[in-house]
Amino acid sequence: MELIPVFHLGSKPLPQGATTTTMIDFSQNYFALFGLAPRYRLDAGQLDAAYRKLQSEVHPDRHAAAAEAERRLALQSSARVNEAYRALKNPVDRAQYLLGLNGIEAMSETDTALRPEFLERQLERREAVSDAAASGDRRELDALLAKVRAEISDLEHVLESELDREHALDSARTTVRELKFLSKLVADIESAIAELES
Amino acid sequence: MALLQIAEPGEALPEKKQRLAVGIDLGTTNSLVATVRNSMPVVLPDEEGRPLLPSIVRFGVQEIDVGYGAEAVQARDPHNTIVSVKRLMGRGLADLSDDRRFPYRFIDAPGMVQIQTRVGVRTPVEVSAEILKALRLRAERSLGAPLDGAVVTVPAYFDDAQRQATKDAARLAGLNVLRLLNEPTAAAIAYGLDNGSEGIYAVYDLGGGTFDISILKLSRGVFEVLATAGDTALGGDDFDHRIYCWIVEESGVGPVSPGDTRLLMVKAREAKENLTVHPSAPIDATLSSGEAISLSLTADTFAAITRTLVGKTLGPVKKALRDAKLEASQIKGVVMVGGATRMPQIQKAVADFFGQPPLNNLNPDQVVSLGAAIQANVLVGNRSEDEDWLLLDVIPLSLGLETMGGLTEKIIPRNATIPIARAQEFTTFKDGQSAMAIHVVQGERERVADCRSLARFELRGIPPMVAGAARIQVTFQVDADGLLSVSAREQMTGIEASIAVKPSYGLSDTDISRMLEESYVHASDDMEARALAETQVEAERIVAATSGALAADAELLTLDERTAIESALSEVRRLASGRDRRALHAAVEALNRSTEEFAARRMDRSVSKALTGRRVDALN
Repeated sequence: MELIPVFHLGSKPLPQGATTTTMIDFSQNYFALFGLAPRYRLDAGQLDAAYRKLQSEVHPDRHAAAAEAERRLALQSSARVNEAYRALKNPVDRAQYLLGLNGIEAMSETDTALRPEFLERQLERREAVSDAAASGDRRELDALLAKVRAEISDLEHVLESELDREHALDSARTTVRELKFLSKLVADIESAIAELES
Repeated sequence: MALLQIAEPGEALPEKKQRLAVGIDLGTTNSLVATVRNSMPVVLPDEEGRPLLPSIVRFGVQEIDVGYGAEAVQARDPHNTIVSVKRLMGRGLADLSDDRRFPYRFIDAPGMVQIQTRVGVRTPVEVSAEILKALRLRAERSLGAPLDGAVVTVPAYFDDAQRQATKDAARLAGLNVLRLLNEPTAAAIAYGLDNGSEGIYAVYDLGGGTFDISILKLSRGVFEVLATAGDTALGGDDFDHRIYCWIVEESGVGPVSPGDTRLLMVKAREAKENLTVHPSAPIDATLSSGEAISLSLTADTFAAITRTLVGKTLGPVKKALRDAKLEASQIKGVVMVGGATRMPQIQKAVADFFGQPPLNNLNPDQVVSLGAAIQANVLVGNRSEDEDWLLLDVIPLSLGLETMGGLTEKIIPRNATIPIARAQEFTTFKDGQSAMAIHVVQGERERVADCRSLARFELRGIPPMVAGAARIQVTFQVDADGLLSVSAREQMTGIEASIAVKPSYGLSDTDISRMLEESYVHASDDMEARALAETQVEAERIVAATSGALAADAELLTLDERTAIESALSEVRRLASGRDRRALHAAVEALNRSTEEFAARRMDRSVSKALTGRRVDALN
């Protein structure tokens, strides 16, 4: 039989645990889990505090001496709390999750379109990054990184008004896609810098 | 027995039983075991008061020697005396290309190398298990009872194969593993709880063979690891090796035999330690050929020949800071861990990089084991009211799958907080594809060939569909030990396949259970010896008590009763010097039964004596 490696299709949230006794309510959305309003703008301190409080209740270390079933539940609960925290902490992921709650799939595989002028600018930038990486130009890489980060920061402000004030979900979807693209670019520039340092 | 000993009223009751747990630092060069006693973590020394156990195992003709005894003979018996075995854990021969300096007779085996010794082929897991077993026995002797559990530390940068190998070694050694704990995190717990620290700290951990850097946020009892990076093949050993190369070069000696290599490595290490406090170190040795070496290594030369090694630690430091999105100036303190951080050039490099003197106020050899002991104490259920702290650790390397074209699809990114579960959907690539190969890898590189292969499994029985129609959800779950399990499920038919990622290091599950059984046989030997000793002590006590009672109150017994007791007594005496614990135990029980009535009568007599006495007193 011919064995073929996996073919990527796209990511999906985990199915929810079908458990009767729960440490956390698996049917709650991530905002509700932390007792937060479902908004893009959030108080990072409040999120951090709620996260720590939940983890100190459900973390496997708190149930290490318990029976197998409780330990498994602690593992699942703690994993979900970690996933929820990660999804809300990062602004782009938070926006994507918020759109998902509104039934909008921001990163669907069937529609990957970006605005042509955005795409064009980013393709140029990618080229600049690979040129700088190839010639070992650390200063140029740092400058590009700063530029991309500034652009991310601007787009996050746009996103806040689209999501929290105008409820312009379709344009928010575009902004999320652009931000995702830029995050990937930041990661690539960072790994090019890491490559130079090693 | 109880009836012959009349308990004094008000005698102290035994305290509420503390469960016995230890923290074990299984190091490249030295290992330690620690426990929490009276709320204080303490290292448990050996019978001669030495806290360290050299991580050296010698397979002798008759017996296995671990620690100082093995260290003393390593130059004489290099092929059978295994040092730095931690560097071999979860590693294949191909991974060790820069480690040719080991004089062992390696055998290439899938996943992990094996070593040919005079007693047969041994895996690094089995060698490590000998070290862990020696520590377990040390702890049990010291604490007086079998352990309930242990936390074993691993370098933060250990991958899944290395972690799994460590856990297997601990199981082989008869330990109940409560948790695998990252070494720098263990150090942070010991340091943070000791100093009541708040803020962002870096832990710079340069051990004998591994290097870790972890960035942690300490706040209100939560130890949150923000990022970790490192090199699992960089440590004090490498500095020794540079000195060794320098000795060989400077002295111009010819090819060096394995025994002489060991001798010179020991001299190199002594010189390195010497240079921590002195500006230069003499190196004198006589090789097996009779050739004499006499050199002097200055601190400046030492710094010069190890500059690249020191520099190699700074790459991961920068990477960890970048992953944590922090600058060096935002670090409040740098905690130094591992004996190799004593080297002045390391202290200087760290101080220069972070712009502050590093923190050296904890013993760098012991701090990891102390932190592990604190965690073990909590996990085993001895948490006290005021110990309200929580540890949130991360996974050091990204986990992913091989996709079409030999590329890696990351499912869980590095530095994700554990435990974590992530699912991703995949589909079939060809019409009618009925099986899917799932290849789990760990690492940061794009190409699968550049990552570490962890496991392969197959999802079979996918019903015929056109390409792209099947929905296969692959779920990765990493537990609090940092160990991965993967499952795959076809969404429409519900066909499932899953695997607890067991690296294929040549030990099958059957091998593991066989070795476990053997170790239980040995463990039960140990336990049997202890039980026999305990029964003998008990026999001695009952013999003495019964003889004393007979001498004092024999008139309370009929002749038959007295004969019965005396015959039971002589049976215990006869068996007490033998090795048959069960027979001795039965004889002790028989003696106990035969004296029950006697004991009751003696009790009555002593009570009426007391009453009589009191009455007389009262009348007076």
